[in-house]
Amino acid sequence: MNQIIKPAAIRKSFTVRAGRERAWEVFTASFGKWWPKTHYIGDSPLTDAVIEPRVGGRWYGIHEDGVERPWGQVRVWDPPGRLVLDWQISHEWGYRSDLHTDVEVIFTAVGEAETRIDFEHRGLEAFGDSEAAANTRAGMDRGWGLILDSFKAEAGG
Amino acid sequence: MANSNLAFAALADPTRREVFERLAQRPQAVGELAERLPVSRPAVSQHLKVLKEAGLVTDRPDGARRVYQIDPKGLGQIRAWLDQFWDEALEAFRAEVESDVEEGTKGR
Repeated sequence: MNQIIKPAAIRKSFTVRAGRERAWEVFTASFGKWWPKTHYIGDSPLTDAVIEPRVGGRWYGIHEDGVERPWGQVRVWDPPGRLVLDWQISHEWGYRSDLHTDVEVIFTAVGEAETRIDFEHRGLEAFGDSEAAANTRAGMDRGWGLILDSFKAEAGG
Repeated sequence: MANSNLAFAALADPTRREVFERLAQRPQAVGELAERLPVSRPAVSQHLKVLKEAGLVTDRPDGARRVYQIDPKGLGQIRAWLDQFWDEALEAFRAEVESDVEEGTKGR
């Protein structure tokens, strides 16, 4: 029977009040300006975050201690329409060379002044194959509060 | 958002959520669950069927009975975490894009 759950991809679609070129530019070149500074690898606070503008480039965080910590690679660089990043970050915010999941962002012009963003983070079953899964199991005595909190936020909001 | 809805809908029923929370404590068969809940065994089976379809639990044979458990690799939890994280990050992106637009708009 069905032993392993294959999680559905995370999908988000929304429209921003900006042209496609600007939306792409902010997402990529100004990545460090909007990326939540609360989420980074290691102990040293994040000062900037970078997506290198080419296929095979890295995306990474820059920290107060001066160190760059990798998050993965740029898989598709097709401005201003499509970006795919290899997300190699475990749920505990560590880089895992054995973890590969795809983050795809598609920018579609909606008239002159608006852009629809179709976001997808897929291949989440890979989290079950890496060391990340072991960490998750270790952390499971905290219970399954997260999914229930998430439900409450969504349903009760 | 949209494709969390199946899981969220499955958890919206209080008894079903109770079943899920009990399975989060340890894997159990239908009979064990029914003994400790104020609902019939067929009702528990029905709740388990909905939870299974939503991808929240799996089952495996154990002799003559079936044992139900939450996803053994914790993927549902990781997914829920990422789902929330991306909501936050993409909202920050949207705010940044739209603030740039406003800065560049004369007369604001």
